[in-house]
Amino acid sequence: MTRQLIELDRVEKNYGEVRALTGVSAEIREGEFFSLLGPSGCGKTTLLRTIAGFEDLSGGQLRIDGQDMRGVPANKRPTNMVFQSYAIFPHLSVGENVGFGLRRKGLGREAMAREVGQALDMVGLGGYETRASHALSGGQRQRVALARALVLKPRVLLLDEPLSALDKKLREQMQVELRKLQRQVGITFILVTHDQEEALIMSDRIAVMFDGGIAQLDSPQVLYRRPVSRRVAEFIGVMNFLDASVGGNGADGLEVDVAGLGRVALDPAQCPEGRSGTSTVVGLRPETMTILFDTSEKAARVAEGSVSEVVYFGDMTYYDVTLDGVAAPVTISMRNLPGRPVLDRGARARVGWDAGAMVLFR
Amino acid sequence: MSSSDGAFSRWRHSEGAQGLILVSPTFLYALLLLAAPLATIVAISFWTQDYLVMIREFTLANYIRAWTEPLFQTLMLRSVVIAVIVTAATVLLAFPIAYYVSFNVRPERKALWIFLITIPFWTSYLLRVFLWKVILGYNGVLNSGLLGLGLIDEPLTFILYNANAVVITLAHAWAPFAILPIFVALEKIDRALLEAGQDLGESRFTTFLRVTLPLAMPGVVAATLIVFIPTIGDYVTPKLVGGPDGAMISNMIQLQFMKLNNGPLGAALAISGMIIVTAISLIFLWLNRRYLKVRQ
Amino acid sequence: MKGRGLATYAVAYLLFLYAPVILLPLFAFNDGTIIAFPLQGFTTGWFVQLTRIEALHDSVFNSLWIALTTAVLSTCFGLFAARASARYRFPAKGGIMGLIMLPLVLPEIIVAVALLVVLLQLGIDLGAWTVILGHVLICTPFSIAILNSAFLSLDESLEEASYDLGETKWSTFRLITLPLVMPGIISSMLIAFTISLDEFIIAFFLTGNEPTLPVYLWSQLRFPTKIPIVMALGTIMLVASLLLLTAAEYFRRRGVARTGAKDSGGFL
Repeated sequence: MTRQLIELDRVEKNYGEVRALTGVSAEIREGEFFSLLGPSGCGKTTLLRTIAGFEDLSGGQLRIDGQDMRGVPANKRPTNMVFQSYAIFPHLSVGENVGFGLRRKGLGREAMAREVGQALDMVGLGGYETRASHALSGGQRQRVALARALVLKPRVLLLDEPLSALDKKLREQMQVELRKLQRQVGITFILVTHDQEEALIMSDRIAVMFDGGIAQLDSPQVLYRRPVSRRVAEFIGVMNFLDASVGGNGADGLEVDVAGLGRVALDPAQCPEGRSGTSTVVGLRPETMTILFDTSEKAARVAEGSVSEVVYFGDMTYYDVTLDGVAAPVTISMRNLPGRPVLDRGARARVGWDAGAMVLFR
Repeated sequence: MSSSDGAFSRWRHSEGAQGLILVSPTFLYALLLLAAPLATIVAISFWTQDYLVMIREFTLANYIRAWTEPLFQTLMLRSVVIAVIVTAATVLLAFPIAYYVSFNVRPERKALWIFLITIPFWTSYLLRVFLWKVILGYNGVLNSGLLGLGLIDEPLTFILYNANAVVITLAHAWAPFAILPIFVALEKIDRALLEAGQDLGESRFTTFLRVTLPLAMPGVVAATLIVFIPTIGDYVTPKLVGGPDGAMISNMIQLQFMKLNNGPLGAALAISGMIIVTAISLIFLWLNRRYLKVRQ
Repeated sequence: MKGRGLATYAVAYLLFLYAPVILLPLFAFNDGTIIAFPLQGFTTGWFVQLTRIEALHDSVFNSLWIALTTAVLSTCFGLFAARASARYRFPAKGGIMGLIMLPLVLPEIIVAVALLVVLLQLGIDLGAWTVILGHVLICTPFSIAILNSAFLSLDESLEEASYDLGETKWSTFRLITLPLVMPGIISSMLIAFTISLDEFIIAFFLTGNEPTLPVYLWSQLRFPTKIPIVMALGTIMLVASLLLLTAAEYFRRRGVARTGAKDSGGFL
């Protein structure tokens, strides 16, 4: 069983009248890559800065390694931070930047140079010690910021939107590298991001935050497959929502009538918010539905409709299909395998789907 | 832990308290050496002075004299008129320069131009004013030069020891203080806006009127106030080049305090001047906000 | 065509700006007591005479001492206030900063008169120190304006990063903040030094028996025979301030280059 490293117990933070954190409780494990994901203003950065010690708590408790952090300032906490702007000291060289925090460790000149060299090697900037820091590219600055924090061997590394300033290609490359680096050093990483894809790619677990609280804390797979609310589902990936009405409990689970698709039976795991009322919606991810190009193709269930929009992506095609008897179209994504045709707008389509991929929301 | 102790220590660590503690040395200095003396001046203006003895009884006599005696009225009016003319001349002369440097000079040479414009003003203010006296004088550089060239037959006399000389000298003295704010405002204008203006069918000139000028107005307003406020209280220029017809209110204030030993009257004149400056500035700002929608 | 017209105007305007200043060296080396054309011939005699006037030397040293002290004090006061203003929200901030910045829009004669009255009431002897008191008052707002922009352009997360890496608040200030706002501090000292050196009215009211250079100059302007000497002195002052400015610009550029920031214009 992995140890809990950080315990958040009903953590609150108010700025005057504004409630930035409204009682956040969570446990972050030793050695995991943990992400705080949410739209801007949801409190994720505030929570990160609270852990770092830049913000005082208005209420609740924060423990790191079992120790209450109340009154412990940022410079005495076993956490280090990679800032959104990287905060590379412009008047110091790369080596001086990385060695900045070692000054107080009482190392000798040689030991310090060795540590700095190792840290730079780790982030792929070996030999950059004497470079002027203001001449670095965005990606290099980010690496220096990482090396500068990791050289102190913190228990927790905090990353505040570290990739948001990089262009798309570099960002994707750094996502993979950061993940590898985290496995290699084994330190707990807490990443703040508003990019759901980034969170899914890098994290062991993700806390989705809205309005100063955690809406769902789960592994990427669970988060994607079984979002606990429509809001979480909409924030992560694309999901189709179809009107539905709840019937009674049948032998195979809760019986639900879905507009355009007919009656299905859902097991309790597919109903995260429980059942309340009769009128509701079900969600289906685009990739859980397929277009059946050939009459011989089989699917668990089949519906019919007409194609109202086609968006070609190269490797994928996204179809909006208006199912017979339903006003709003559903989006279906199809891989463009060799020999598979691309339908035109207005074409009739047979749509295969599976009730097991559905989630019922309030 | 007692609750009051906790509250105090929390207050001490709050942002507000840290800011107050940090600003307190400067604030204290301003309080002691600015607020207190200004308050004293206000108090004195309601007293009277008998040779060197201050009589601390409330009276409005100083203000009545300051606002009714023709001499003071003339000086006050002249100060305002000169300040208005100087301000208008300075700002109008400065605008094309600021515009030229901002729009027509290549970006890498802008700093050089600003440098060129400011260099003359790193020499002594006193000397610069005095040099204007040398230039404009009866036997001065201008007259001797023009006579030597045969352009005039006798020296021009309307250019020294009167209000004209004061206006010329002050328009020179305040030039960079007018150019810089306007330049900064012009620099802030997104050049795409001008292209958009022309793209939407305006000519270069109407684009200037409808886009550039309104966006430059905050700089013009700032320049106007920066020049106007100190000009009204200028002492050196009227004294050196103004002659008897160019004297301004500051010269009288100085006279009352230093020579005539009538501090209360001097204080009343100073405060009256301040009130007039403030009133004119506020009216100016209000007019701008009302009619040109300039926001500072 | 419009550009051509503007360029001509710009050159004419520059001539207007430089007209008085050009006269300084011209008549400083002119062998005649009357400041008028035509020039009389070359001499360095006025400069030689300068070296023999003891009262002038005293006033120069007095002014330098006052300007230096003013530069240091107003920059210190400016550092406190600019830091507070740029980084903190505190009660009555607008009022407090308003009072501190007030001398910017207050005619100097008002400041001079107000200080004079209070100092006389308190029975304090006038002298270099009373001039310094006044000069610090009027220079501090300039220092604040310069340092404020220096603090504002300093990324706050740099200080947080240092703190996060284990430094204390004070060592962060010493290792990060101070080096990065140093160009601002130098600018502030330079501006305050120049303003103080040039300031006349406050010095005129508060200087007592120790005249500053401008006050001494003022007393000499009454004597026509002294004018060429004043021109020589003015020339030296012009050269000195040009050298000072060039040096300051050099250091500023070096500072900009070192921190890799974009060069955004000169001192003002």
